[in-house]
Amino acid sequence: MTEKPLTPTLPRKGGEKLTSLREAIAEQVHDGDAIALGLALESGIPFAAVHEIIRQQRRDLTLIGPISDMAFDQLIAAGTVAKVIAAWVGNVAGGSGYGFRRAYEQGQPRRIVMEDHSNFTVGLALKAAAMGLPYLPTFTGIGGDIVRGHPRIRPIDDPFGGPNLLAVGALRPDVAIIHVQRADPQGNAHLWGNLGLTVEAAYAARRTIVICEEIVPEAVIRSDPNRTVIPGFLVSALVEEPGGALPSSVQGYWRRDFEPFLAYHRISRTPEGFQSWLREWVLDLPDRPAYLRHMGDAVLERLRVTDRRLAAEANFAP
Amino acid sequence: MTSRYTRRELMVVAAAREIRDDEVVFVGMRLPLLGFGLAKATHAPNAVGLFENGVIRDRPAEAFIYTMGDPPNIAGAVACLGLVDVMSLLQQGRVDVGFIGGAEVDPLGNLNTTRTSGSGSLVRLPGSGGGGDIASLAGRTVLIMEHEPRRFRERVDYITSPGHFPGRRRGGPATLITTLGVFDLTTGRVRAASLHPGVTPQQVREATGFPITIDDHTPATATPSADELAYIRHADPEGFWTGDSMKTA
Repeated sequence: MTEKPLTPTLPRKGGEKLTSLREAIAEQVHDGDAIALGLALESGIPFAAVHEIIRQQRRDLTLIGPISDMAFDQLIAAGTVAKVIAAWVGNVAGGSGYGFRRAYEQGQPRRIVMEDHSNFTVGLALKAAAMGLPYLPTFTGIGGDIVRGHPRIRPIDDPFGGPNLLAVGALRPDVAIIHVQRADPQGNAHLWGNLGLTVEAAYAARRTIVICEEIVPEAVIRSDPNRTVIPGFLVSALVEEPGGALPSSVQGYWRRDFEPFLAYHRISRTPEGFQSWLREWVLDLPDRPAYLRHMGDAVLERLRVTDRRLAAEANFAP
Repeated sequence: MTSRYTRRELMVVAAAREIRDDEVVFVGMRLPLLGFGLAKATHAPNAVGLFENGVIRDRPAEAFIYTMGDPPNIAGAVACLGLVDVMSLLQQGRVDVGFIGGAEVDPLGNLNTTRTSGSGSLVRLPGSGGGGDIASLAGRTVLIMEHEPRRFRERVDYITSPGHFPGRRRGGPATLITTLGVFDLTTGRVRAASLHPGVTPQQVREATGFPITIDDHTPATATPSADELAYIRHADPEGFWTGDSMKTA
């Protein structure tokens, strides 16, 4: 059997791929796609992309991620999601995700299928795809209910005679959406701080959208190649969107804005509350710059990191 | 320094005392996060903390944090890696102790954070996160729970984080810290190790939906020292995690 090409719609591997967020979502995210996001866990969540997906009314998406904070809840409550493959769906500060609960418990606004994982099994599923393998073995989850009858996790024997294992089947997202600090015009991306499953998802995904705080000259990226977590040839679309991860944090650029997480938790308790949040923060705003203006200068000033604590130089002289 | 303290401050101190010096700790959020910092500041200066987002730290975050990804938990870290990296260390057996919370627990230390019909109708909970991995792979686990009858069940509806079971390769639940006391789980039964000051055995029995061993001579949980309270209030200045009522909606 011949393999399906991995990146059938990748426009070009080298060269520039800078575009707007609106166009990136329009071109790269289709109805029915499996999209991975929120991969660093609580920081760098691409909320601007999440809101653009909602504005463009995508349908029947599968969401993939470890802990998505309230991003998955918003996509689910907006009716864009058919299936969730995740370890945790809720609101890290507040607890429950009410949109997720309404969809799972009552089928509102639509029924969703849940593929429960632990953080490690989501990671292994993406890592297997990133390694070009059908599965990876693990000991995690044995004795618990997550792995019982799981569509992607099966018991296997150790061919070397050791104790039994579980095999976690590969999971290849159609699209990974990743927020980073900086990238060059070719999409070579620097990310620092906690990485979570960012690398595994970018390597595994058929298409990767990189959203950055700033585009920098390629010399900046090449001055520190160890900090490049995504090589540009894996990147399908590159977007410069400062503040695109707010209210989540971006190391060296933005502090976490805590209040919107709690406010969302309170207001999304009812479907009507969610709809009013959706109008105010998504549907009535054309794009991320408008979102930042709606936050207001005083809030942005409070969140913007202006202190400098620079890494020591590393000498790459040949 | 006043000797008054909240129940959650007492739980942080109890969590800190579960960490021994030189241990590698898989740190959870909320109270365990503060417990790790407190242990580092007091009796376990050489403990190392792993966070599931990939961060490795050997000193507490530099300022108050809401999540493990907040910038003060990244600045000054020993390493910022990926989730699979730290989970791999856990799977190898390099983690001595891990902390996990849950919505429901049973006498074997099984935790449910996935879904329950305990109150009659189906309630979907957020899920495992890293809890199931820590429960499976850490050298021992410390559970942290609200002590309420609906949460302490003879059998949980769903085992998100496995407790004791035949054939377990390693570890398992060691200690359960609740709003009422500290309990030993090592034998596969729940035995009170200490009750928080002012808590009676009767109160604990009424709040526990299964038989529980409480000896007559069960001691009171040691109260926080002035230094311990000072640390906690420095790390959580507004009592967000340790106030008596959580400020979350």
